[in-house]
Amino acid sequence: MSTLIFRTITPLLTALMIVFSIFVLLRGHNEPGGGFIGGLIAASAVAIYGISNGVGPVRRALYFRPLSIAAFGLVMSGLSGLWSAFKSVPFLTGIWWEVHIASYIQIDLSTVLFFDIGVYLVVAGVMIGIALCLEERTYD
Amino acid sequence: MEGPLAVLVGVFFIASIYLMMSRSLIRLLLGVALFGNAVNLLIFASGRLVREVPPIIAQGAYAPEGITANPLPQALILTAIVISFSFFAFLLVLVYRAYQDLGNDNNSALRMAEPENTPKPVVGY
Amino acid sequence: MIIAVFAGFISALFAPIIVKKTGNLAAYLLALVPLTLFVYFTGFIFTVDDGATYNFYYDWASDKFKLTFYLDGLSLIFALLISGIGTFVIIYAGGYLKGHQNVGRFIGFLLAFMGSMLGLVLADNIMTLFVFWEMTSITSFMLIGFDNHRTASRRSAIQALVVTGLGGLSLLAGLFVLAHMGYTQTGAPIYELSTFLNADISIIDHDFYWVALILILGGAFTKSAQVPFHFWLPNAMEAPTPVSAYLHSATMVKAGVYLLMRLQPVMGGHELWMTILPLFGAATLITGTLLAVRQKDLKLMLAYTTVASLGLLVLLIGTSYKAAILGAIAYLVAHSLFKGCLFMVAGAIDHEAGTRDITKLGGLRKLMPWTFAAACLAAISMAGIIPAIGFLAKEEMYAGLLGYGNMALLGAVIIGNAFMMVVGVAIAIKPFLGKEVKAAKAVNLIHEAPISLLAGPIVLAVLGILSGLLCSYCFGDKFLNPAAMAVYGKEFTFAWKLWHGFKTPLFLSLLTIALGLLIFWKIDLVRNILSKVFSEKRWGPDKGFDQFISGLVRFSFKITTKIQNGEMRRYLAVSFAIVAFAMAYPLIDNGVVPEFPDFSVLTFYELAVLAIAFVGVVLVVRAKTRLDAILSLGAQGFAVALIFMLFGAPDLSFTQFMIETLSVVILALVLTRLTLNKGDHRGLRDNIIDLSIATVIGVSLMVALLAVTQMPFNNELSAFFAEYSKPIAHGRNIVNVIIVDYRGMDTFGEIAVVFAAGVSILALIRLKSWKIRSDQYDDEDLL
Repeated sequence: MSTLIFRTITPLLTALMIVFSIFVLLRGHNEPGGGFIGGLIAASAVAIYGISNGVGPVRRALYFRPLSIAAFGLVMSGLSGLWSAFKSVPFLTGIWWEVHIASYIQIDLSTVLFFDIGVYLVVAGVMIGIALCLEERTYD
Repeated sequence: MEGPLAVLVGVFFIASIYLMMSRSLIRLLLGVALFGNAVNLLIFASGRLVREVPPIIAQGAYAPEGITANPLPQALILTAIVISFSFFAFLLVLVYRAYQDLGNDNNSALRMAEPENTPKPVVGY
Repeated sequence: MIIAVFAGFISALFAPIIVKKTGNLAAYLLALVPLTLFVYFTGFIFTVDDGATYNFYYDWASDKFKLTFYLDGLSLIFALLISGIGTFVIIYAGGYLKGHQNVGRFIGFLLAFMGSMLGLVLADNIMTLFVFWEMTSITSFMLIGFDNHRTASRRSAIQALVVTGLGGLSLLAGLFVLAHMGYTQTGAPIYELSTFLNADISIIDHDFYWVALILILGGAFTKSAQVPFHFWLPNAMEAPTPVSAYLHSATMVKAGVYLLMRLQPVMGGHELWMTILPLFGAATLITGTLLAVRQKDLKLMLAYTTVASLGLLVLLIGTSYKAAILGAIAYLVAHSLFKGCLFMVAGAIDHEAGTRDITKLGGLRKLMPWTFAAACLAAISMAGIIPAIGFLAKEEMYAGLLGYGNMALLGAVIIGNAFMMVVGVAIAIKPFLGKEVKAAKAVNLIHEAPISLLAGPIVLAVLGILSGLLCSYCFGDKFLNPAAMAVYGKEFTFAWKLWHGFKTPLFLSLLTIALGLLIFWKIDLVRNILSKVFSEKRWGPDKGFDQFISGLVRFSFKITTKIQNGEMRRYLAVSFAIVAFAMAYPLIDNGVVPEFPDFSVLTFYELAVLAIAFVGVVLVVRAKTRLDAILSLGAQGFAVALIFMLFGAPDLSFTQFMIETLSVVILALVLTRLTLNKGDHRGLRDNIIDLSIATVIGVSLMVALLAVTQMPFNNELSAFFAEYSKPIAHGRNIVNVIIVDYRGMDTFGEIAVVFAAGVSILALIRLKSWKIRSDQYDDEDLL
């Protein structure tokens, strides 16, 4: 499967897909998208890279083990839910802050955002883990 | 509009259950994959269908204008898709390992936990 | 009151520790528990004799099943017997099992049993009654199986538990029928026994009276060892003697009798009651006595006479006649005293002489004078000789049966009593008089039993005589009459007298004694005849029980190997068949016929997508090669994604696309290493069965879905999300808002599941194959 064209195009494709996945993740609250879809897109991006260039480079590029990423995401989602304890509202209640960077730019941050990022990381991490593992076994 | 989809759901269920009862492990696997889709479509259809209007509120508005698709089944299905995929992947690897160890995709050969000749029970106190 | 009931259980917990710390003194210390209870219950005598009753309420599981207790004359007499005899039994147990490594556990069980028994006789709520009833069965199981290294012990314990436990279930059903019979009277089910007793509710004419009666008798007869359930009681003699003395003569086996006495005012007087009870009672009485005389083992002789005595009590209760009930109450007390005493004597003889075989015992009179004295006094009571309470009881029951006018019953009772007297006299005289023993132990080693083994028999025997002497002063008024009134259900006055003058009952008593002496004179002959008639090798309920148990084991083995035959296809087929039935039956039963789906409402491209999905599914089923399977699976998946897209679910659509892509990729990765057989290993017959099961489920789901979608839709929940997702959750994509905000907890759980699945998959791959264990590949970085 590792033809020259495929191998040349995949780094670009992968980078594009990962950026796209983050875009989908962040706009998810208002437009179609969200953590689940974003995570899946990121996972396919990495899987494609793995098929074309082998698993070793992917693992080096990821730096973290896929399941560690997933675990980090799970903990992050949990912690974002715990924040509500400080406001004495039930677990996982969304809490919003309005951050003013300049006088005319306002960004709405929320625990929900972090929760969704956690979902993204879990889905991406697990799927990457499975895909890489299976790809690896085909070459052993 | 739900009628034709209901027929499709029926076909999905028939196919998936038929495959799941197969002795071939791979067909069982295919059956499970179909089963996930069947259930998702069932939930989707029972939440009623609306053409092409996603449940998204327009910029600046506070509530959706007019009729949109039902968001609740969508939320249920979205997570169900991901979960059924991870379940499917797990099953896939399980089948793979069973195949590796037994060299056979016939599930009647999987008899390690329940061997063919169970010893007779002990009668007494 | 609740402390009194639970004192037994609490002290049972500490018994092993106390025994460990204080050694031989422990039994005396622990005997203080029942002694205190005895004193506590004695305090009630002076109010209960005026007809006072006590109710105690404690909130328990629900408003229906309260922990309620009720104390009247009948409960009191039982409570006094339980705690009083309990005191001596625990002292006795300390001496009997001296040096045994599990004395603490044993005394603990005894105390726990005492607690259950007290709870049983004091219970008011039927649920409370049932719980304590079963607890007596369980503690009895523990005590019979105390020597758990012996097969006979284990067998007897299981037998007792199975018989009384099954009876207990029958009782539970019966009590609920009883409670609901109260429903037709008062409009609400009655769960308190005292309500039945005090509110004068008559259920005798109720249509379900016979159901309740038979179920309750199932409980009472098994517990009180009535024919044909009598076999477990002699077998229970495998237990150490203190248990036999306490549970299997004085208290637990009387639980059934207690229940019948308790329900006599409610259920008694009916024709069925007055037929079944005397019939079974008389049969048990005769069987018990005949089997008793056959035996050579002291304890077995006593056990069979216990069976006989229980039969006698059931017979007397079954008459629902005042004088007979008075006799029953007196006999109940008399029996507990003399039988408890004789069991302890038998235990003492066994303990000191090393055998219980009556033909090998003799001449112990000089060696064990105190034991002999106690045995004589108890035998006087058992034989019904003036002035013991046994005489009183016999006079009264003869008078009662004469008044009741059933001569057949009277005859049975006379014969039964004569045989019982034979056994009593035999046990009191045979081991002590005559020639010296040729027992296992040498004569010079046999000596008088220690004080702990003597205290019980002597006190109980003396009480048996004293209560007879004092009956006309306080014992009768304060003690027997309130109980008899509680059983009879109406107030009356009765003056107990030891000497009635020369009347018919006295002559009947003399006749009994004469008959008894005649049999005793020829006891060896009688025993030989009876041994031949009732050979142990013959089939009986006891052997039947063994066949039942082994049959049960074999049956369950057959069923298990049939159902769990290790073939997954069969498991799935059975499960799906049940699902198919559960899906199809309600639809057919309710006659659901939805309108035929209208395909014309769809546009051509929608139809095309559905058609792609359909074709994809069919191809998956028919796939002969791996590639076919993967591609057709992908095709149907993408078609489903398109369906989501067409009907306003872009999020689902994207997710489905991604998932299908990944599925195809990993399937391709794995399936390249597997081979897909063309056939799927099932024959034509299996194929037809599977296809029909699948079709039934699929079609029922389709019909159900059609029917559901043709009904009006409740949009409340979706409308709520649509309305509030922007104002509260600051999100315009309602689906995403539901996932991450409203249903955040669900999503959290779901990603945890995804994570767990990921971990398991990697672990599965990392696991080295059994076959290629030697193949040492480096899997350090697989995670």
